[in-house]
Amino acid sequence: MSEVPSNLHYTKTHEWVRIEGNMLFVGITDFAQKALTEVVWVDLAEVGTTVQAIGACASVESVKSVSEINSPVGGEILESNTVLEDNPEMINEDPYGDGWIFRLQPTDISDIEGLLDAAAYTALIGE
Amino acid sequence: MSDLFAFRGADGAGWSQPEPSMGAEASWATVPEVLRRKSPPAWPKASEPELVRHYTWLSTRNFGIDTGFYPLGSCTMKHNPRLNERIVQLPGIDRIHPLQPEHQIQGLLAIFFEMQEMLAICSGMDEVTLQPVAGAQGEFTAMRCIQEYHRSIGQDHRNKVIVPDSAHGTNPASAAMCGYDIIEIPSATDGRIDLAALEEAVGDDTAAMMITNPSTLGVFEPDISRVSEMVHTAGGQMYYDGANFNAILGKTDPGRMGFDAVHYNLHKTFSQPHGGGGPGSGPIGVKSHLATFLPSPIADRRERVGDDPKGVGDGYWYVWKEVGESSIGKVQQWHGNSGAVVRAWAFYRRYGRELERMSEHAVLNANYLRHRILNPDSDTAERMHAMPLDGVPAEVVKHEFTLSMSALKDAVGVTGRDVAKRLLDYGVMAPTLYFPMIVPECLMIEPTETESKEVMDRFAADFHTILGEDPEIVTTAPHSTDVKRVDEVWAARNLILRHPGPE
Repeated sequence: MSEVPSNLHYTKTHEWVRIEGNMLFVGITDFAQKALTEVVWVDLAEVGTTVQAIGACASVESVKSVSEINSPVGGEILESNTVLEDNPEMINEDPYGDGWIFRLQPTDISDIEGLLDAAAYTALIGE
Repeated sequence: MSDLFAFRGADGAGWSQPEPSMGAEASWATVPEVLRRKSPPAWPKASEPELVRHYTWLSTRNFGIDTGFYPLGSCTMKHNPRLNERIVQLPGIDRIHPLQPEHQIQGLLAIFFEMQEMLAICSGMDEVTLQPVAGAQGEFTAMRCIQEYHRSIGQDHRNKVIVPDSAHGTNPASAAMCGYDIIEIPSATDGRIDLAALEEAVGDDTAAMMITNPSTLGVFEPDISRVSEMVHTAGGQMYYDGANFNAILGKTDPGRMGFDAVHYNLHKTFSQPHGGGGPGSGPIGVKSHLATFLPSPIADRRERVGDDPKGVGDGYWYVWKEVGESSIGKVQQWHGNSGAVVRAWAFYRRYGRELERMSEHAVLNANYLRHRILNPDSDTAERMHAMPLDGVPAEVVKHEFTLSMSALKDAVGVTGRDVAKRLLDYGVMAPTLYFPMIVPECLMIEPTETESKEVMDRFAADFHTILGEDPEIVTTAPHSTDVKRVDEVWAARNLILRHPGPE
């Protein structure tokens, strides 16, 4: 069983979103990190770039595959979690905490209403 | 363990060369001061017999199609006929240099020309270049031709390339190297292209669509003509990834399906050794509207006239043809991997129209092996922890098929990777693993046409045995190989890209 915290928002492509003030923290879900298996490399989002909703802006590589990380909503990348450069395993160990991938300034905070809630995401992954 | 750097022979070079004719001193003086080494290189000190032993020892630790069954999906690891080696080692082919003038290499030029013609015929294309030396380089070359074509007709705004999610990773990579943005479209549940998703993806910005048909799921795309029509109507070009050409050669061709460009893997379909056994070769064929952008030069011929030399005796004189100013330029030095081209030519010439039977047997073998694996007898099934699952719900497949090990993973925690590693203990190469990614715990199996029923029966039996073995044994496999379970995660996180040299 994968952990799906009830206070977060989710995408169909397995990113989670946490709202802090008017900014968003983004990472990949517990389900996603399990499917990827151990992460060996993270290609971080470039700070300052403008991204579109469901636009690829970072990538995560395991020995199994490389997966693109999408921005859940449109906005500007404010910060990337540089700790992951030397410690990619944080994504496996703490996907909802220290394994966050980037911080986003959304163009329109109300866009998050289009995302999934924990119940809908749990139904999506079918566990 | 044999490590060249660990050899500590007697002092000295371990080899001897004749004194330069101008004398060592004078020879040395021809090298500018700035280019001279200040200290000798840290090369191993090994004598010739030690060197020979080292490489022979290495060769005994290798695994290839000559040592055992190699069902690596999408790689078409077929037998490499020895006749090809006889041909490629003829002195007129083996001992020539790319800079030799045309009148000295008429034989090779004739082979190149004939190979271009034969590849064009079997694929329904108009013009072929033999220059690219790998499938991926062929993809890149063709995508560059498409890009230049669009520029030439004022369509440079087309910046999107569409690929299905079952595509080889090289497709989006090649397109990205040309500067294109990639749109990935999902497959339908039966593994076929989702036409509704394609309809949504095509538009005025579509440069091309890249497709492997049959796909990596081993499924032939019956809607391919409709797909071509949709992309062409939008103004895009159709690119055929020839990785799975082994399934259709002589039956149908990409030209008929509506494709504009295609690459051929001479090292797959046309029996050039590969996978550690030899260099690849990835020629491309294009329809006439793209021909003017191909890399130069291309082999060509003209009628012999007047006192022309005899040539190869077929009434023609063979030449290198320059494509002209619109060419994208060279993608490889000289003329590509000539040896691979000649071997593939020998193979093609040996079988000709019979190659249709090659495809038939490749498809028959894949379906037979799939049936054997998915339908064990009841005693065998009872001994297994879980049944292998079908990757896609297809009644018949083409030259390869996918299995999912999900049920086994859920039942006893044994993954697709574990099964693949355990197969090594049974003396066969592991199938392609975790690809395509749309099949969970995927194993992708391609037996090719050159394996016998006995080999496939044994493989199916070993496969079933593994699915009933003690999970502890399977998850720690392989046990009988020189190198045991490799810690891939550690290796990926701790890259060592250079031999540390003598300590």
